[in-house]
Amino acid sequence: MVKMSVKIGKMVCKNPILTASGTFGYGLEFDDFFDVETLGGIIVKGTTLNPREGNPYPRMTETASGMLNAVGLQNKGVNVFINNILPKIQHYQTNIIVNVSGSNIKEYLAVTKKIEKIKKIPAIELNISCPNVKMGGMAFGTSCSAASQIVRAVRKIYSGVLIVKLSPNVTNIAEIAKAVENAGADAISAVNTFLGMAIDINTKKPKLSTITGGLSGPAIKPIALRMVWQISKAVKIPIIGLGGIMNGKDAIEFMLAGATAVQIGTANFIDPTISFKIIEEIRNYCIKNNISDVKKIISGMKTK
Amino acid sequence: MPVGKQCLHQKNQSSLNQHQTKQKRIEDLKIVKNKKLNSDYFIIELVSSKTLPEILPGQFAEVIIKNSKNTFLRRPLSVHNVNYNKNTISLLIKIVGEGTSQLALLKKDNFLNLVYPLGNGFSTNNPTRVLLVGGGCGIAPLLYLAKILNSKKYEVDIIIGVRKSTDLILIDKYSKYGKVYITTEDGSTGEKGFVINHSIFSQLNNYSMIYACGPEIMMKAVVRCAHKAKINCEVSLENLMACGIGVCLCCVTNTIVGHKCVCTEGPVFNSKDLLW
Repeated sequence: MVKMSVKIGKMVCKNPILTASGTFGYGLEFDDFFDVETLGGIIVKGTTLNPREGNPYPRMTETASGMLNAVGLQNKGVNVFINNILPKIQHYQTNIIVNVSGSNIKEYLAVTKKIEKIKKIPAIELNISCPNVKMGGMAFGTSCSAASQIVRAVRKIYSGVLIVKLSPNVTNIAEIAKAVENAGADAISAVNTFLGMAIDINTKKPKLSTITGGLSGPAIKPIALRMVWQISKAVKIPIIGLGGIMNGKDAIEFMLAGATAVQIGTANFIDPTISFKIIEEIRNYCIKNNISDVKKIISGMKTK
Repeated sequence: MPVGKQCLHQKNQSSLNQHQTKQKRIEDLKIVKNKKLNSDYFIIELVSSKTLPEILPGQFAEVIIKNSKNTFLRRPLSVHNVNYNKNTISLLIKIVGEGTSQLALLKKDNFLNLVYPLGNGFSTNNPTRVLLVGGGCGIAPLLYLAKILNSKKYEVDIIIGVRKSTDLILIDKYSKYGKVYITTEDGSTGEKGFVINHSIFSQLNNYSMIYACGPEIMMKAVVRCAHKAKINCEVSLENLMACGIGVCLCCVTNTIVGHKCVCTEGPVFNSKDLLW
């Protein structure tokens, strides 16, 4: 028996596999494919104070080993989430984590206050890294002072586990991570999508309505992995690694680089059962390598 | 029911999500046949090792493409036909890029991984005399639709529009379930012009329902004619898609109630719901 559970702050996850915001809906969409309660946690779609229609179509284009998206935080708003969606998912025996998004500090705080009241939700993931909204989003995640300011403000009013999702579109992600840790974050999710673009050479038009969008998928994995490793050297709080994880091997790499847990994102689009498979792959890796506790993989990279 | 009334009803209650099957699955299906029809089109027939789920006309499958260097996501392909006796489904595919080119190379006994059945099908309960309009690859879902409508004893007319007569495929198959009319842009077969130029479009009052699938410009033209004649019309959209199950929110279209996912709230929409 391999011990698979990990802790993110005071939140216990039955295993290190969570699903990334915006790639797993509210879990319900995957009920037909596997038992989502087997997951360490489900991070639901980015939730804002008011409903958002998101960006115009086209919002997605396939690229080499990845995809660009510019959804722009389309969601029905925190009230609809609490009143209409949560009742359908609160029976899940796993961690439901809300990705909190907004365009100014007031909005982030308003959403957080509403989520704080819900016992079922042990943690929020503060999204200061969405590349697809004009106001806020990534703007908070690309400078130490802005990141620190918003995390401090949310920390003051939120007693649950505060995870902060970082943008990779910065010069030195370790500095941002440090600022976020000092401001009171319990954990860091790293990384969100990379700002990118694509052009149709026949029409000469951009392939996304917003011109730029967020790149995800295996194309970004080596860079995301490097960033997780850099962050792990800079902070003491747990890191949830993400960025192009497609299989158990990828997930284990992130853990070896310093991640306590990982998130599966774009891979869910290609195989809706992949998150379940990755849990089993990690378990099998542990069995094969005589690892009794999955936590022993964390930061286990050997440089000599 | 008058079209205006139905539209209002849909505004309040939204017609979305009414023709959806319950059980989606991911499965490796075995290829029984991969038949080339001409230089552009081929049909893959697949058999399931389990009992097929209920599949509605207009629903689609997300297909994984192996051995393709530059494709990454699944490809959404509409279900062309279903045979519950043989436990098979078939996909009519047009070669448009690397992904579909790879699918064309698959051989009998190879396996193809599908996530299916996805999306909402066409509504097939109320019409009596129907017109199916297909352009190019848009004819794909109309065979199974014609089969179901024909089995319900509705009177089925099918109009197929192509560029030139050599682009015509499977006319004999469609003719089994309804009367087939043809337009070609060069006039080489049937009436010359686009589908809406066909003389049948001057007698739309004969129909209680129009179903259209094809290039967006064609569907928009059909919808304009349908609205003018006050005939109920459903169209099947083909937006760029990643997940196919309503979580990535990439394939949205504008509707009277805001952005809706083509994958889960379509691909079939009542034309009155769309902001066209």
